[in-house]
Amino acid sequence: MDTTIKNSNLKSEEYFINMGPQHPATHGVLRLLLTIDGEIIKKVEPDLGYIHRSIEKMCERDSYQQIVHLTDRMDYLSSHINNEAVCLTVENALQLEIPDRVKVIRTIIGELTRIASHTLWWGVMGMDVGALTTYFYGFRDREMINDIFEETCGARLTMNYNIPGGLMFDIHPNFVKRTKEFIAHFKTKLPEYDTLLTGNVIFQKRMKGVGVLTKEDAISFGASGPVGRGSGYSCDVRKHHPYSAIDKVTFNEVLKTDGDSFARYQVRVQEMWESLSIIEQLIDNIPEGDVQVATNAVIKLPKGEFYQKVETARGELGVYINSTGTKNPYRLKFRSPGFSNLSLLNHIAVGSKIGDLVASMATLDLVIPDIDR
Amino acid sequence: MNISLNITKTITELLSGFMPESAANIGAMVTIALIYLAIFAVAGLYLVLLERKVAAWFQLRLGPNRVGPWGLLQTMADALKLVSKELTGTVKADKFLYNLAPYFVIVSSLMALSVFPFTQEFQAFDINIGLFFLIAISSIGVIGILLGGWASNNKFALIGAMRSGVQTISYELSVGLSLLTMVLLTGTLQLSEIIEVQKNGWLIVQGHIPAVIAFMIYMIAGTAETNRAPFDMVEAESELGAGFHTEYSGMKFAYFFLAEFINMFIIAAIATTVFFGGWLSPFGITESIPWLGVFWFIGKTFMLVFLMMWFRWTFPRLRVDQLLTLEWKYLLPLNLLNIVLMALIVWLGFTIQL
Repeated sequence: MDTTIKNSNLKSEEYFINMGPQHPATHGVLRLLLTIDGEIIKKVEPDLGYIHRSIEKMCERDSYQQIVHLTDRMDYLSSHINNEAVCLTVENALQLEIPDRVKVIRTIIGELTRIASHTLWWGVMGMDVGALTTYFYGFRDREMINDIFEETCGARLTMNYNIPGGLMFDIHPNFVKRTKEFIAHFKTKLPEYDTLLTGNVIFQKRMKGVGVLTKEDAISFGASGPVGRGSGYSCDVRKHHPYSAIDKVTFNEVLKTDGDSFARYQVRVQEMWESLSIIEQLIDNIPEGDVQVATNAVIKLPKGEFYQKVETARGELGVYINSTGTKNPYRLKFRSPGFSNLSLLNHIAVGSKIGDLVASMATLDLVIPDIDR
Repeated sequence: MNISLNITKTITELLSGFMPESAANIGAMVTIALIYLAIFAVAGLYLVLLERKVAAWFQLRLGPNRVGPWGLLQTMADALKLVSKELTGTVKADKFLYNLAPYFVIVSSLMALSVFPFTQEFQAFDINIGLFFLIAISSIGVIGILLGGWASNNKFALIGAMRSGVQTISYELSVGLSLLTMVLLTGTLQLSEIIEVQKNGWLIVQGHIPAVIAFMIYMIAGTAETNRAPFDMVEAESELGAGFHTEYSGMKFAYFFLAEFINMFIIAAIATTVFFGGWLSPFGITESIPWLGVFWFIGKTFMLVFLMMWFRWTFPRLRVDQLLTLEWKYLLPLNLLNIVLMALIVWLGFTIQL
């Protein structure tokens, strides 16, 4: 990786550039302080806080029903799964018995969200390495999922479909039909992703052996989701701590051992196949029943600490609630996947080129509001 | 065989009817310059539109379709907007070089256009070192890019400019050598004569294997010369924002932008002239109607332009060290071997004459 001239008297000077907060590769308002020697990166220092909205502090002010609406705005590409995390924590604390129908619907929409997030990531990832066409292919398929969401709950991105105790309302009558249409459509389109980008020799040269993260490092940096699994670290929360209806289905945890950008890329693409299979197993037998259990208008959690983690499209999202028995949490903390994944950027990018930094950053799949909250 | 200055002659004769000869000469030159400027400003604009339409076609979109029928006036409107925009600049930029840079780029691309034989008659300037002139002129453009990046007082622009310098200088070798391979076959550098030679079959057929290799090397290196994807290290919007022209706005930006498209046209036009018979029609089917040469020339050129657009909208971008590896470790040795092969073929007379 290090291609500086060895044993030479040539001297070059390190310099410093600001990548972001407005830069096309940082996908939002991330600012990277780069120390560079020519093209070679010496140090990457992420600077956060440009989109900090103090969501955790706002949660201390709000009731539990209101908190769900804030979590949409963290990782906006996994908004449904974020909502689910908070709802599960509250439901566990109240020891509510959630109807099976709710669990299945939550899981189906959660997996659809994961596919939508991964298709967007795939498109943007292609753009980061210079293949501009992928973006539109990704969005074509994501659009179908967004249409399903829009019909179901009226929103395409920040869904607010979950409430503590169930769902806001039942699914739309067309939901099953359109989801099946999407599955049929996406099964023909997903191979296109491979023919357009995965098999491309330039793409493989850009990805393989770039941004290598070993399993030990992945664990010590707290990497989760596809980033951890690309390094061979089995960390799928759905496998190890099943929640909602995930224990009713069989699916494989995608693991790659190379730990480079290409491994992380492959994990995400194969995860889309796995998500499709999960939806296929559930879509035909959504149980009948209620979509809500009655809760008090003012939810008061018992005194104590509660923690629940879920697998968002980016990795492990943990919700920690410390309750004193009042109608708002005393302290609420999110363990967001993006924050830990960003922390290893310096580790994997040092010594590589500017282009490699962009490629590795793309495979970390960062969503900045998730990191800043 | 000096048939090719006909368009200049015609205009000079027309003008000398009512003015002294020296004035007529100058008048003819100015007229031709203006005609070329007008044609290629418009051609550049429509290449932009073509690129947007082609991109849209690859990307499941419609492309520009609001301004004028089928969006035909879109780029005109864009150009008008760019003309009317304020020319901003950075503080502490080297004002003189900063303002000078776009002219290097646009002048070099417009000058290169003057030597192309669009038909037997329609060629402004036919010199006996035409191909050499083209290579020489088109390498001036990189000076403009280097200056622009250096004078902008912007580190992203500087990185882009340095990448451009490295890239263009490396790939010029390949462009030059692959054209040299074909010169071995034609025995002349004059563009009109290169086309005359091809009346016995296009050079890509005459030179068969080495010519095809030379063509492929030329297209790769030519794409790199124009700084287009997959070799768009210079702009690399996901890495450097807009690269060397980050700090340019309005018409100065438009010069860089237009030059990129005209350069693409030039690279394709050289390939048409040297490999695909220029204005010659396939099998001489329209030989009796000489002015149809324009149609064939433009048609072939646009096929190659389309090929370059196809590259751009399909491939990811190479990394800067991979780009240099490709040139110095693969293309250059292959090219040198190819020249030897071509020399052998010409020496032994193994060419295909139709």
